[in-house]
Amino acid sequence: MKTSAARAVRERKPSREPTWELRLYVAGQTAKSLLAFANLKRICEEHLGGRYQIEVVDLMKNPELAKGDQIFALPTLVRKLPEPVRKIIGDLSNTERVLVGLDLRPRA
Amino acid sequence: MSMTKKSKLPMVGISKCPTGIQGLDEVTFGGLPRGRPTLVCGGAGCGKTLLGMEFLVRGATQYDEPGVFVSFEETAEELAHNVGSLGFEVDALIAQKKLAVDYVHIERSMVEEAGEYDLEALFVRLGQAVDSIRAKRVVLDSIESLFASLSNEAILRSELRRMFRWLKDRKLTAVVTGERGEGGLTRHGLEEYISDCVILLDHRVTETVFTRRLRVVKYRGSTHGTNEYPFLIDQDGISVLPLTSIDLKHAVSDERISTGIPALDSMLGGKGYFRGSSILISGTAGTGKTSVAAHFADAACARGERCIIFSFEESADQVTRNMRSIGINLGRWINKGLLQFHASRPTTFGLEMHLVKMHKIIRNFDPSIVVVDPVTGLIDSGTQAETRSMLLRLIDFLKQKQITALMTTLTGGAAAQEQTEVDISSLVDTWLLLRDIESGGERNRGIYILKSRGAAHSNQIREFLLTDRGVELRNVYLGETGLLTGSARVAQEAKDASQALLAEQEIETKKCALDRRRKAIEAQMDVLRLELETEEEESKRLVGLEQMKFRKWEQDRGKMAKSRAMNEGTRDRNARKRKSE
Repeated sequence: MKTSAARAVRERKPSREPTWELRLYVAGQTAKSLLAFANLKRICEEHLGGRYQIEVVDLMKNPELAKGDQIFALPTLVRKLPEPVRKIIGDLSNTERVLVGLDLRPRA
Repeated sequence: MSMTKKSKLPMVGISKCPTGIQGLDEVTFGGLPRGRPTLVCGGAGCGKTLLGMEFLVRGATQYDEPGVFVSFEETAEELAHNVGSLGFEVDALIAQKKLAVDYVHIERSMVEEAGEYDLEALFVRLGQAVDSIRAKRVVLDSIESLFASLSNEAILRSELRRMFRWLKDRKLTAVVTGERGEGGLTRHGLEEYISDCVILLDHRVTETVFTRRLRVVKYRGSTHGTNEYPFLIDQDGISVLPLTSIDLKHAVSDERISTGIPALDSMLGGKGYFRGSSILISGTAGTGKTSVAAHFADAACARGERCIIFSFEESADQVTRNMRSIGINLGRWINKGLLQFHASRPTTFGLEMHLVKMHKIIRNFDPSIVVVDPVTGLIDSGTQAETRSMLLRLIDFLKQKQITALMTTLTGGAAAQEQTEVDISSLVDTWLLLRDIESGGERNRGIYILKSRGAAHSNQIREFLLTDRGVELRNVYLGETGLLTGSARVAQEAKDASQALLAEQEIETKKCALDRRRKAIEAQMDVLRLELETEEEESKRLVGLEQMKFRKWEQDRGKMAKSRAMNEGTRDRNARKRKSE
């Protein structure tokens, strides 16, 4: 993962379903943030095909951005679209819970 | 009272950060530990958030220490609105970059935990806020709500530990609030992490009366007041009452001040009360306690001194009207700003609250005289032991400030007259007792001095009259039948007067008789003199007559002799004549 302030990863596939906008908040290239990004990438590929867009926000570089999305824990994944906004905190290693958090799987 | 110069005690070892909160710096001997977190815990609605906010506002305005408020419960707007009613202008301080508020909102239903995480984002946010205004103070209110939002307690605990470490490393003086929990000081054991200073806020309702209390549970490296201190939240924020630590060291004055009643002054050695002393006026209902108190207040205001009357039974208007009827015009002093009236029902607040309020009023107005009428009214707002300790605190406070305190107390029936209900008699310096004297089918008022520390005073009972010119004292009549008051005294005095009159009349009569006698004798003397004169006259006349007779006789005799001699003599003479010729 390259830690630019906002980097979009786009992969388009012809589909009528809307594109997912995901934002991953991290603080520097820690083991947790690298793991989180890798986990996110994998899950998106498996479950969203190409209909997603990931923006990585590094709070070390832009600390003022933490307030806007009410970020308190790191890493935090924010599902901006589709609404409603969802937050998943942690390194996303528990795939089941990520899927539940993203509303890709019904809550138990 | 200045807060900053107060901390002379434990300055060695631990540096303190004055909160600026009224009274709290006295309880903690200078403030909170500088550069360390302090835990403030208490139940819902006990004033934790307010204490935190006041800590920051006072820091920003009085000590030039900007502060960051991290709220986990209320938004910045709500917070500003809530404390705005207390005169804290949060928005203005934020605009001046003296205060920053960050609202950390965690909606549990919107957050999913999937794997390892930390709270680094909180650190980032806090660090950013601190740097943006160069903050010296931080409030986390209440960080415990994280426990409700996040399920991984292990992470949370280690992160909290890291947070407090972080605060210390940055030398931030922090107030961390926590909800009171069962079995511990806080619900989630925050006291495990914050061990430098723990303050417990409490509020309870005793007999329907609400009282807030504050206690410093621990303060590492510093002495602190250990009691529960009552505190008040009003339009000026928090005021803590740091009173029980007072020792008997107050300065005393030799100055005497008039009671406002000349005859009472003379009973008290001719000078009145000592300045800064405490005076108790006890008596049964309607014996004139308020009138004596009003005289004192009136005299003080007339000297240009300031005076506060705390009235627990009557309203200001009522007292003013009533006192006008005995010739005391208190209204003019109120208008001049020398006299303040604070009338309230004792049951309006708890006892402590009364004390805190009185404290505040006294501190603001800085009077030389305080009247509490009656202190017994306060019993209604607490138990007897509480009332006594409260009055003790009040008296000590007033003595420290050299304020003369006059308190009235209502006593019960005749048997218990010398025992005040709250048993504060041992606390006061001068005790005047007003009592009813029943005799001759009348109830009259008597006054005497039960004690007056350090001053000569009369041992006599005086009759106490309420006239339209104020209180007047009369000597009571001590006759063969004992103490006479009221009309019995008046009758006795009249009797005395008539006896005096009789004696006077007797003398007058005697004088008259003598006069008459003298006049009669003088008249007799006149008659005799007249007789004498008549006789003298008569005898003179007789003498004259005799003399005349004698002269006549002599004349006659002469004539005769002449004529005889003429016959002879003529011849002789003729002869001699002729001879000579």
